[in-house]
Amino acid sequence: MTASTYAVEAPSAVHQERRPSLARLARVELRKMVDTRAGFWVQLGVLVLTVTFAIVAAIIGSTEDHRLQGIFVAAVWPAYALLPVVGILLVTSEWSQRTTLITFALVPRRSRVIVAKLAAGVLFASASVVVALGIAALVTAVAAPGIPGTWSLSGIVFGQLLLIVVVAMVMGLAFGAAILSSAPAIVLSFVLPLGWSALGSIRALEGLARWLDSSKSFAPLADHVANPTEWARVGTTLALWLLVPAAIGLWRIARSEVG
Amino acid sequence: MIETQNITKRLGGRTVVDDVSFLVEPGTITGFLGPNGAGKTTTLRMLTGLSAPDSGRALILGGPYRELPNPGRRVGVLLDASAQHDGRRGHEALMVSAQLMGVDQSRIDGLLDLVGLDRSAARKRVRAYSLGMRQRLGIAHALLGDPEVLILDEPANGLDPPGMRWMRELLRDFAETGGTVLLSSHLLHEVEALADRLVIIDHGRVVAQGTRAELLAGSGTLVRADDEAALRAALDAANLTARPSEGAGFLVDAEPTEVGRAALAGGVVLNHLGPSDGSGLEQLFFDLTSKEAA
Repeated sequence: MTASTYAVEAPSAVHQERRPSLARLARVELRKMVDTRAGFWVQLGVLVLTVTFAIVAAIIGSTEDHRLQGIFVAAVWPAYALLPVVGILLVTSEWSQRTTLITFALVPRRSRVIVAKLAAGVLFASASVVVALGIAALVTAVAAPGIPGTWSLSGIVFGQLLLIVVVAMVMGLAFGAAILSSAPAIVLSFVLPLGWSALGSIRALEGLARWLDSSKSFAPLADHVANPTEWARVGTTLALWLLVPAAIGLWRIARSEVG
Repeated sequence: MIETQNITKRLGGRTVVDDVSFLVEPGTITGFLGPNGAGKTTTLRMLTGLSAPDSGRALILGGPYRELPNPGRRVGVLLDASAQHDGRRGHEALMVSAQLMGVDQSRIDGLLDLVGLDRSAARKRVRAYSLGMRQRLGIAHALLGDPEVLILDEPANGLDPPGMRWMRELLRDFAETGGTVLLSSHLLHEVEALADRLVIIDHGRVVAQGTRAELLAGSGTLVRADDEAALRAALDAANLTARPSEGAGFLVDAEPTEVGRAALAGGVVLNHLGPSDGSGLEQLFFDLTSKEAA
């Protein structure tokens, strides 16, 4: 094979090239989440933990608890805890590995890359919840507690769980965008909420924490159909932990000199 | 076609690129030369839409790079061979971009052959690649979309001599079929045998540009003699400006005939007399780029 095989046509040849669709960009982002060594192991880790948590939930406690809903809540927990890391890496790995030079050269409109990453993150988080439900169903079938309501799962609670896992993923993306560096973003994404919770345990701040601490405000969503006050608390928490880092991140990505 | 019109870029209070204008025509290879930190990379980043000029315009194929709908299909870019995900396999790195650009995956194996990365190398993660292998992967990546323009930043960096010969042939073929090539280097010898035109930049400004012949014209004569002191005296006697050349002899700002006449008049036996050629270009490059540093 010679070099000329890859030669160009006449320079006047008009390429009627279409812009890559957002769907295609999102597929590429999904691919990039799993085709690196780190990405592969994180996903495998989530899967193994999901199975483990489901099995543990079906063994410990009383037979009363071995219903689909309880096992599903346990099975979805690893995704909730670890997908923020996946979201962070989806953004920061481009900066730490300097693949932004390639990504933004191929897709000069940075906003399209961000939308594609967001879509890929939401799809991935949703798929994770569905997989967790499948695993929980399998484990429930094997455990077969044989009690009334074994298979009952509130559609609204399922929706609420889906929402918090997706939100956790998007918070990771926003955090990654705000910090643009893998290790500090991951460490801070664990340390900040922990420190925040510790602050919230101070009696004077307890009231505030119910509105701004995700470990408190999200808890009802995994438990029952949330009431309006509980939804308002989810909203204020998201404003602090999602909208603020997202705004900082979008500003930084749009302005930053890459490379 | 690549064109910059008076582009200027300030970064951190420093003018990194200062009023740079040049044109690269289809079918030609232009070497973008300058010492490290001269502003080459910043200029190439403005050309590829990664950085916005503070003033002036950077145009590719008649418009701003960012306006190209699917830029990878028209412009092949290699800005930094190290900028690949360490944990991704070489073949997969090309697959990702092929999917993004909508290029048929069947091109990839041919390109890997073309750049000399065999099956086992393509299966390795980029972490295990030498700089030369990363450059080869980067060139394959730049060619992936079957582009008509190539923009390469220091592509010869890390290549061994056979690798450089291979790249020279590849770019020659690319330009001969109508492609436009702009490649940067901080080493003159990497580009002087390859480029049709040279743009020399220093401290953010273009200090010289033109064809190799244009830049060499009037660059003088290289003359050598066993008795250098006598030669110096003869040149001085003839009122010729001469400076010591690297190695041995003198570079004289005159035609060889004049230098020969001066040597004859001084009775000096010469062992070399001719246009200064490459060494002259080297001197020119050195002079142009180190003026302020000296």
